[in-house]
Amino acid sequence: MALSRQSVLTVDGLDALIGKLRERGYRVIGPSVRDHAIVYDDIGDVADLPRGWTDEQDAGQYRLRRRDDDALFGYVVGPQSWKKYLHPPHVALWRARRTGKDVRIEPAPEPTERLALLGVRSCELHAIAIQDRVLLSGAHVDPGYRARREAAFIVAVNCGVTGGTCFCVSMRTGPKVDAGADIALTEIVTAGERVFVLETGSDKGAALLADLPHRWASAAEIAEAKAVVARAAAAMGRDLAADDVPELLLRNLEHPRWDDVAQRCLTCGNCTMVCPTCFCTTVEDTSSLDGTETARTQRWDSCFTMDFSYIHGGSVRTSSRSRYRQWMTHKLATWHQQFGTSGCVGCGRCITWCPVGIDITEEVRAIRAGSRAEGDRHGD
Amino acid sequence: MAANRKKPRLGVWKFASCDGCQLTLLDCEDDLLAVAGAVDIAYFPEATRAEISGRYDLSLVEGSITTPHDAERIHAIRRRSRKLITIGACATAGGIQALRNFADVQAYTSVVYARPDYIETLATSTAIADHVPVDFELRGCPISGRQLIEVIAAFLVGRRPVTPAHSVCVECKLRGTVCVMVAHGTPCLGPVTHAGCGAICPAYNRGCYGCYGPMESPNPVSLSHGLAALGMDARALQRVYRTFNANAPAFRDESARHGK
Repeated sequence: MALSRQSVLTVDGLDALIGKLRERGYRVIGPSVRDHAIVYDDIGDVADLPRGWTDEQDAGQYRLRRRDDDALFGYVVGPQSWKKYLHPPHVALWRARRTGKDVRIEPAPEPTERLALLGVRSCELHAIAIQDRVLLSGAHVDPGYRARREAAFIVAVNCGVTGGTCFCVSMRTGPKVDAGADIALTEIVTAGERVFVLETGSDKGAALLADLPHRWASAAEIAEAKAVVARAAAAMGRDLAADDVPELLLRNLEHPRWDDVAQRCLTCGNCTMVCPTCFCTTVEDTSSLDGTETARTQRWDSCFTMDFSYIHGGSVRTSSRSRYRQWMTHKLATWHQQFGTSGCVGCGRCITWCPVGIDITEEVRAIRAGSRAEGDRHGD
Repeated sequence: MAANRKKPRLGVWKFASCDGCQLTLLDCEDDLLAVAGAVDIAYFPEATRAEISGRYDLSLVEGSITTPHDAERIHAIRRRSRKLITIGACATAGGIQALRNFADVQAYTSVVYARPDYIETLATSTAIADHVPVDFELRGCPISGRQLIEVIAAFLVGRRPVTPAHSVCVECKLRGTVCVMVAHGTPCLGPVTHAGCGAICPAYNRGCYGCYGPMESPNPVSLSHGLAALGMDARALQRVYRTFNANAPAFRDESARHGK
């Protein structure tokens, strides 16, 4: 992120930031406590943020806990990702009406809502950038995604804590925000007061800052903000030595570990639903009972379902072994060939939210441990 | 549909069941009028006493086969039906009454009835598809009204109904429900259960009870390890799979692993 001169915002200043975004017509979405988790929901003011809460995460486990301070961003990423808003689970595509012999097709209107995403972490910015490459580049642009994405204002937050399943350092996607935000905040305590060191990353961000009560950050405050993120980086819950992983996986397509993980995999699809980069969708057609109306809706799909690989005559990937392997090799290996980066940003959601705690970093380690020699590549 | 075309004839048939799935159709309210406009409801004991013999374009069959008489009757209905769709856990898996499959029915009848010799019943409760070919099975205990309308609407235009066979987890994620198993430690059958209800129970902080039976590729052995880690013992694990879909093979086999 092209760094601006750094400023300091108080908690009241953050409240003003939310207020100004709302004044400018944005629907502000941010972290909020619901159902014993920190989800992304509508934010009216700073009181809606999870003040004094944190999360404990491990494979297949998430618990909300009280902190012993009143930090506003003292947790990591929760069960939802921003794709819930930028690439929603259901999107109406078009409907058609028949009157006599006349058939009229009405495309669904493009979204006009302007979203301000508050509290976006570095891994999530990388995930949004990945979805941008998938949904906005090339010949087939998703117009709804483009409309939501172009209108969005992003307030990022540098991570001051690390979750038990985080591995952004391995994936080089965090914890320091490096691109993609209009404003980036780092929460620190200075002279006994909780404040936010603020950088702007766009003209939109700078214009908003100009409307907010702020002061320039001191050298000590800038140093503390840096130290907070460095401490988080040093405390990663998981790691994935990622550099050789594409080659490693593609060399080991018949590794016995795939059978082992298939014993545990539920093929429930949770990992793909919580993944901030998984983008696959299907379409569902409905028709009215009187046969005069039909509608098509886009819905999130998962490579763990049988329908996903259904072609003439049946599903291509009927075994859970083949489905897990497809997901993991696409995410970590063939994504590079297709889109030029890894499909994984190290947010750890697939590990935390797997009901039986399958850990992608552990699976890579197991494959590495019993790897075929180089040049002995097998596929199917 | 063209106005001059004859409306398809619909029959709703009942076997061993609680009538809840038939009532789901009556509960469709506004949509029920649209159904009545689109099809000729020729036989529907919950809604009318009229009985019309002849052939049926679409038969909705509720309930399981538990008596020798019903085992014969379902063949007669199949012969009269162009398309036969089973609705609900009883018709698709034998229902809660399939618990008899794990017990001695004679022993029960001798205790429950004054004259057990009046009772003519089979030793098992089985799905309709175990007796006659079935064109489509709609899951649920009870079925979802929304899905029933979808199945009828799809039948009318000759398309495949949109009733995905993936897990309930997908439905939780689509509606933004926080996972009760991961975040609360609440045992949940969602990962092995067929979608369709819209993931109602987890939205109210309850685990899934498995009303829709096994999903397309269930792995209850793995889920049971997770449920055991949350404190369920063998008896509890056996019982959790032995409810409305006790005789669905994936649930039946898994319950048997945890005791007879």
